[in-house]
Amino acid sequence: MNGMEKFNQLKSISYDIKISGYRRLQDSIVKDINTNAETIAKRVVKDKRSTKLNFDKKIDDLLTSKLFGFPIMIMLLSVVFWITIAGANYPSSILAKVFLWFEGKLTQVFMMVGTPEWLHGALVLGMYRTLAWVVSVMLPPMAIFFPLFTLLEDLGYLPRVAFNLDKLFKKAGAHGKQALTMCMGFGCNAAGVTACRIIESPRERLIATLTNNFVPCNGRFPTLIALASIFVGGAVTSQYSSIVASLFVTLLVVLSIVITLVVSWFLTKTLLRGVPSSFALELPPYRKPQIGRIIYTSLIDRAIFVLGRAVAVAAPAGLIIWLLANITIGNMSMLNHAAAFLNPLGKAIGLDGFILMAFVLGLPANEIVIPILIMSYMSTGAMLELESLTEMKQLFVENGWTWLTALNVILFSLFHYPCGTTLWTIRKECRSIKWTILSALIPTAVGIIVCLIVAQGARLLGLV
Amino acid sequence: MGLTCESVGVNILKEKFNLQCNNELVIALAGNPNVGKSTVFNALTGLKQHTGNWPGKTVANARGCYIYKDRRFVLMDLPGTYSLLAHSVEEQVARDFICFARPHVTIVVTDATCLERNLNLVLQVMELTDNVVVCVNLMDEAKRKGISININALEKELGVPVVATVARKGQGLEELMKRVYNVATRIEKMKAKKIIYSEEVEKVVAKLVPRIDRILKGKMDPRWVALRLIDGDDSILDSIKEYIYDGKSSSGKSEVKNKNEWYGEV
Repeated sequence: MNGMEKFNQLKSISYDIKISGYRRLQDSIVKDINTNAETIAKRVVKDKRSTKLNFDKKIDDLLTSKLFGFPIMIMLLSVVFWITIAGANYPSSILAKVFLWFEGKLTQVFMMVGTPEWLHGALVLGMYRTLAWVVSVMLPPMAIFFPLFTLLEDLGYLPRVAFNLDKLFKKAGAHGKQALTMCMGFGCNAAGVTACRIIESPRERLIATLTNNFVPCNGRFPTLIALASIFVGGAVTSQYSSIVASLFVTLLVVLSIVITLVVSWFLTKTLLRGVPSSFALELPPYRKPQIGRIIYTSLIDRAIFVLGRAVAVAAPAGLIIWLLANITIGNMSMLNHAAAFLNPLGKAIGLDGFILMAFVLGLPANEIVIPILIMSYMSTGAMLELESLTEMKQLFVENGWTWLTALNVILFSLFHYPCGTTLWTIRKECRSIKWTILSALIPTAVGIIVCLIVAQGARLLGLV
Repeated sequence: MGLTCESVGVNILKEKFNLQCNNELVIALAGNPNVGKSTVFNALTGLKQHTGNWPGKTVANARGCYIYKDRRFVLMDLPGTYSLLAHSVEEQVARDFICFARPHVTIVVTDATCLERNLNLVLQVMELTDNVVVCVNLMDEAKRKGISININALEKELGVPVVATVARKGQGLEELMKRVYNVATRIEKMKAKKIIYSEEVEKVVAKLVPRIDRILKGKMDPRWVALRLIDGDDSILDSIKEYIYDGKSSSGKSEVKNKNEWYGEV
């Protein structure tokens, strides 16, 4: 008897069972398993819970209620951003001072050894300063934001967020679990894309994959927070600046979720038609977070990782920028040629050629967009000491930035192609070049359209 | 095979000379979602798989190893499931692994704060294999909530080793490794309690068992197959065809292929 015959015999037994009506015993089987488990549990478990039991449920009712669910969510998010923005200022300026002091020492050493002026310029004024900026501006907010975010995750709050958003995603024709993968995307889009595996239907998984990049990841939060602090927070009196800035970042997060929903809905109506499949989302119990582990994972695993990637990519990028700025074709440097080439498109969407080029060169990692931008601005002559965010604002303003430019940079940072790692992950997950390309094109198109509308609208209304 | 010989630190030499490479023991780690399986996995293997407080977070199938009493254990982290009734891909993957890859020991991680629901899975795993070690995790959590569990009584009820742990603090893991070792090396003899079904179900099963056994000839437990067929789970037939009759190299469907890749690693 070969394998196929045996298989067919088993099939026929299954068929016999079906026509004999034994399938009605299905429920009995499941029930019997439960009864067995129940009997055993009764004999070994002593449950002394009484009123305390409902505490978790009461919190759940509040956190996921129709009336308070969303307001609490937005409030928590704002508080997290506020702590981050308000708390990062002081350590930032201390770090900057330390780096500046070290820069002075470095310059002394360079002079003593007698290095040529151009080498000092490239290494100290170009590279070192950029690295110093990356560390002093990005590290403090990350060191505050990541532990807070991990704390919410460890407590069990994120699944409640997913629960609140579940209905909206279903309305958009996507899978409710997409709310979870989106939440993971706030940490890292590549991780969010991998998490899409929890969605079984290929159609819905693809929607979740393609839209994951719409929420800002750890690499983009520092950019958003820095720009929001100086351009939005800076617009009001210093007393309220951190509150206003954090509310603005919260608004950006809400906007990114709205765009995720809109694009998901659009995809279900066009490329990926279908009905959403249902699932049961289980709310895990609240757990006492492990403070030590949170600090370890968020500082070592996340902050140092993001920072390390930024530094590792910023250094070669710095070299490229320096080369571009110092090799001249005709009477202009290559940097200026490239920026001039990109400038018309940049201006149309409220940016400029340098900003667009920073985004292009920032493909390997989102966290280096601003450092690259600073390098390119500085290499065109405007040398100054980036001691703090105020100086950064000054540099940007000297290069023709207005509040509109900042807003458009923020928007374009939210909505543009995913970073190299994420693209690679998408390609690995959906095994299709076509969808990978689309996953880059869709957000970029959205970004260009949004920036175009904002820029042209503001100009038409004469706001700038 | 690179994977079986991959080794860590001081043990490289030891393994080389003891020729333990082909002697490793395969341990499956099963459990409901969000009971701390990944935490147990990390604690045992020293790996740093991301853990988080939400169900279904483990999407990639992780594997890692640890050494205990000079034996090398390969630990497979199965996806979290509430049952093995194959209602979802995760449940099917977990079931097929325990059923066809036949790990030496299956650890079922359970949540002490809701043991009853977790026992469902324990009982279903014990239907498939006697070599089970139950790990009652989150004991601290249970204590805080005023729940106490009589571990000795549970061990008697189930007929397999039961170990209380607080995995994130590392409590009970030494005992867990010891009991797993005992089961894997047959030091402890198991008498896993089997589920007693209602009379009607048992009658139909008794009728089917000889027929199925004639076909499978001891390759699988006929009682269990009978129950699955009554349950209307035809995916088990496909799995039997795939793993027992076709060998591991079959089929072009990507879903199945995926599973094969994963399965083939062991």
